[in-house]
Amino acid sequence: MNYAIEIDGLDVERGGRPVLQGLSARLAAGKVTGLLGPSGCGKTTLIRSIVGVQKVAGGSVTVLGRPAGSAGLRRRVAYVTQSPSVYADLTIDENLRYFARVIGAPTETVAEALAAVDLARSGDRLVGTLSGGQRSRVSLACALLGKPDVLVLDEPTVGLDPVLRRDLWALFHRLADDGATLLVSSHVMDEAARCDRLLLMREGALVADTTPGDLRERTGEQDMEAAFLRLVEQ
Amino acid sequence: MSPRITAATAARVLQQIRHDRRTIALLLIVPSALLFLLSEMLGSVQFDRLGAPMLGMFPFITMFLVTSIAMLRERTTGTLERLMTMPLAKLDVLGGYGIAFALLAAVQALVTSGFVFLVLALDTPGSPALIVGLAVLDAVLGSALGLLASAFASSEFQAVQFMPAFVLPQILLCGLFVPRDEMAGWLDAIASVLPLTFAFDALDAVAVQGDDLAAVSGEIAVLAAFTAAAIGLGALTLRRRTD
Repeated sequence: MNYAIEIDGLDVERGGRPVLQGLSARLAAGKVTGLLGPSGCGKTTLIRSIVGVQKVAGGSVTVLGRPAGSAGLRRRVAYVTQSPSVYADLTIDENLRYFARVIGAPTETVAEALAAVDLARSGDRLVGTLSGGQRSRVSLACALLGKPDVLVLDEPTVGLDPVLRRDLWALFHRLADDGATLLVSSHVMDEAARCDRLLLMREGALVADTTPGDLRERTGEQDMEAAFLRLVEQ
Repeated sequence: MSPRITAATAARVLQQIRHDRRTIALLLIVPSALLFLLSEMLGSVQFDRLGAPMLGMFPFITMFLVTSIAMLRERTTGTLERLMTMPLAKLDVLGGYGIAFALLAAVQALVTSGFVFLVLALDTPGSPALIVGLAVLDAVLGSALGLLASAFASSEFQAVQFMPAFVLPQILLCGLFVPRDEMAGWLDAIASVLPLTFAFDALDAVAVQGDDLAAVSGEIAVLAAFTAAAIGLGALTLRRRTD
């Protein structure tokens, strides 16, 4: 199989405390991989290591054949932080146009990205006046600019209404069908069912690298939450 | 570093400020109001001596504060982390901020000096254009120091306190309150390595003694060097990888 992201023996410490210990994983190219686990289990730290903004104590992370965070990846890997990282004192359009200029994406992609997150008609609204869910969609739209090969999304669907959440998961699968590799984190186990592959984390370690179907089969549980519990207790 | 991205960043910072009308009003009006107060307090003879140096102090102080808070917000809202995953150099960020606030400072200095020369009728043997130029340079220095200071602040509370911690001592020691040759030796020694001292010296020389550009080129070079050093150190404190 073709891997877009390869993590080998990754060690990360924060404040002298180990957060990730010898974590290894492979992420299939062109798939939507879910990174699931409870809050505080190290999902964000793993994600930050993949996009190259986390200080790493040991091990290696390779993205598209290059060390994570290397300059050549900065146009090909897009990252959406957990809290929306957009400028509250700019309009939606101004935010997107700025990030498009930074990555050198054509201006037309701004409209496409906004349409993809269902904000096409709100471009002139100030981000500071938007709801939390709308802000996180603006943040997501910024990551869609320039058609990145790898999208790393930290809890992009938190607090969104179910219709929108379904639409976004459909969008993630469309992007993967077009060849992008997606890593989507969530602490809501229900979302695991929507992924092609699953990485389950707990207390800084990988509990399972599997698919939703395999997880159900292995644990005999249909409900993802119950399956995760069964797995942890085994 | 790319001129395209630096320019885009500067334009974005100015766009942010454009949406904040009250900040613009404060930036443009407060220095003039304070100088009016000063002129009323001092009378015209004293004001002719202190008005021009103060013209350099206000943009320095406001730009230091505004820039350090703006940069801190960039760090704390996660936008800096996002930018650090993008194809942009650290100097694009700092340069963008520097250019944006320099332009803002130029407008501030023009408005303030227009008021001081035309309405308050400041009388100086020096060139008003050179005084305005020095005021802009001081503001750019304030911005650069603000960018650097913001690296050491993890909250707005800390950032605003860098003003009394780093800026006030420079104002006290620069020669504005007590001429430097009347200070204790050790105070004068400290003053002689602080950037604002050079800013005061240059403004004082032009406004009071009527010196020209060539006569203050040494001070200008030192101010430019401090600005470059602050931006350079700022780039070093900006990390792509953090804990």
